[in-house]
Amino acid sequence: MKAFWMPQSGMGEMTLIVLLVASLVAAVILAFVGDRKIAPAINILGSAATFVASVFLALEVYTGGPMITASGYFFVDAFNVYLSVLTAFVSMTTAIFSRRYMRREREKGKVGRAGMRFYHAMFQLFIFAMLLALLTNNVGILWISMELATLSTVLLVSLYRTPPAVEAAWKYFILCGVGIAQALFGTVLLYFAAERVFGAGSAALLWTNLSQSADKLEPTVLSLAFVFFMVGYGTKVGLVPLHNWLPDAHSEGPTPISAVLSGLLLNVALYALVRCKVLVDGATGSHKAGYIMMVFGTVSILVAAFTILRQKDVKRMFAYSSIEHMGIATFAFGLGGPVATFGALLHMLVHSLTKSSIFFTVGYASQMHSTQDMASIRGLIRGNPFVGWGLMAGVMAIVGMPPFGVFTSEFLILTAAMKDAPVFAVFFLVGLAIAFAGLFRKVIPMVFGPAPDYQVKIRAAHTPVLVHMVIILILGLYLPVFLSDWFHAASKLLVK
Amino acid sequence: MSQHLAAEINSVLSALILLSAFGLLVQRRIYGLLHIFAWQGVFLSISTAVVGYSAGLHHLYISAILTLALKVFALPYILYVLIHKLKIKKEVEDVVNVPTTMLIGIALVIFSYHLTAPIRELSTLVTRSTLAVALATVMLGLLMMITRKKAVTQIIGFLALENGLFFAATSATYGMPLVVELGVALDILIAAFIFGIFFFQIRTTFDSLDLKEMEKLKEED
Repeated sequence: MKAFWMPQSGMGEMTLIVLLVASLVAAVILAFVGDRKIAPAINILGSAATFVASVFLALEVYTGGPMITASGYFFVDAFNVYLSVLTAFVSMTTAIFSRRYMRREREKGKVGRAGMRFYHAMFQLFIFAMLLALLTNNVGILWISMELATLSTVLLVSLYRTPPAVEAAWKYFILCGVGIAQALFGTVLLYFAAERVFGAGSAALLWTNLSQSADKLEPTVLSLAFVFFMVGYGTKVGLVPLHNWLPDAHSEGPTPISAVLSGLLLNVALYALVRCKVLVDGATGSHKAGYIMMVFGTVSILVAAFTILRQKDVKRMFAYSSIEHMGIATFAFGLGGPVATFGALLHMLVHSLTKSSIFFTVGYASQMHSTQDMASIRGLIRGNPFVGWGLMAGVMAIVGMPPFGVFTSEFLILTAAMKDAPVFAVFFLVGLAIAFAGLFRKVIPMVFGPAPDYQVKIRAAHTPVLVHMVIILILGLYLPVFLSDWFHAASKLLVK
Repeated sequence: MSQHLAAEINSVLSALILLSAFGLLVQRRIYGLLHIFAWQGVFLSISTAVVGYSAGLHHLYISAILTLALKVFALPYILYVLIHKLKIKKEVEDVVNVPTTMLIGIALVIFSYHLTAPIRELSTLVTRSTLAVALATVMLGLLMMITRKKAVTQIIGFLALENGLFFAATSATYGMPLVVELGVALDILIAAFIFGIFFFQIRTTFDSLDLKEMEKLKEED
């Protein structure tokens, strides 16, 4: 079998190194800078540098095709390069958002000096861990960086040191730690199967090798391994019933962290799961792994949709909405086929942009009212029209109303589901409808109506929300050629 | 050393690892837990070295030394210091329903043997029968985390679970590639610092390391 990537060196490798090193260097600098006025600027600069590097890398992959560098340790193809650009982009806008947001939290005394130092350094380390997870070719390093991504955010969730925050962080630490340990067992089993084909050594864990000769891997071992991958990475994706950590971590952590957890970390975990699924599918030659993912996805959609109805805390509600959307993407990847996979890839992109934008506006809303309780957040449009309309537009996008991008991706997935799995399509639609009703019922009173007297005026950074919403709108109206090319290339890779 | 002898030694060591996993499950005193955990690390380390010797793979010596340093000295020491600083050494935990826990544990071991049976046939290694023990150790670690209600004991359960994973890596295969093992060890070390910080955070916010206090966050009915 001929290799499907072009061995590249020089420029591509340089860009890759810059991309990875930028956030790591920023993390080290920020650890030394600490709580100075300049720290948020360095944070933004570091993320911006990462973003620029990721764009260059994407250009190279777009023109030169998939590449494999650093003696096989890194592999960049259409699937992970678009997620890297997305990760770098959202981390940049989140850094811009967090500048004013965290300054206000600091002024309120919710975070101390040490807390701010820690926050900035760990934010960059988290970005580094996610990029490493995305770009590595070694399934073992993928696991290590997923764990690193958890560890770097655990203490950010408990940043405010309130009892609920500490409890949420402990839950996150233990549940994700245990969950991801299962994924390591899956990795050991995968290596066990691969060693018989490739011999001992790193070659047996390189994804490119594994995917090329997946049909030679022992199917019984890989089926068992997939169960562990599903439980392990599924915990991080936030799939029901492994989702318990997610709403707590999202609601108790600082809002910028909720935005990146929801918008980025869940995507990266799903990416890991899908990479493993490709190998298992290749080995077993059946659709078993796909069915498991479809069931987990559908259950997540339904449970999350019903739970949304009962929420009181605004960030918690949107955390459940994230579970729902991750369920949709998992379901679509499980469904397989070019249309569903295309839809799933698009869905990861639009959900990430929409949900982080929603969290930005929700962050402002809760700062205006000094609470996350939805019953107390009222009259946002009177208090700050930008925040009000921003939240409204975000919610309209996330429930899948046209002309926003989420509509396009959900429509694609639904079309594929109607054709290939009509029974699942029914549950899928029911879930979407319930989430639609639930979110609107809660958000409309928050946005409209008179402003309460305890509402305070704040200055909101417009750029992050505006940029995200414009991109989602564009993606709903028209999919740029380079993006559809990427998604086509990626779905070819994932659908055998 | 002949292959046969290596296989015998490894079987004994795997039995000892399983035994220590059961020991952790029911030990009430915190220092007792630390000792059992350290012993489990010793068995793990020797087993790795034996596999490395019989297969002639030198990188396994490195991971044996790594295990010894991390699981036998560093982690128990960190935990010891934490327990000392937090003044919880006298605390004795009520382990409810020892017989039931043991029975569930035994069921988990049988389940592990059943689950790994088809794979065991495939393995040609001297360690082929030990994969089930590795999985059982992982499961018992999980069980310990479920049944215990103190932060420190949960962490020990978590680390025992990691031991099981490490054992799986050497028993199912001749160890993972060194890069991966080093990375995993680094992650565990970072995790150790994080739970150290956590103990203090939990203590200052809740006045105790009892996780019964931490049941506020849940869905309201």
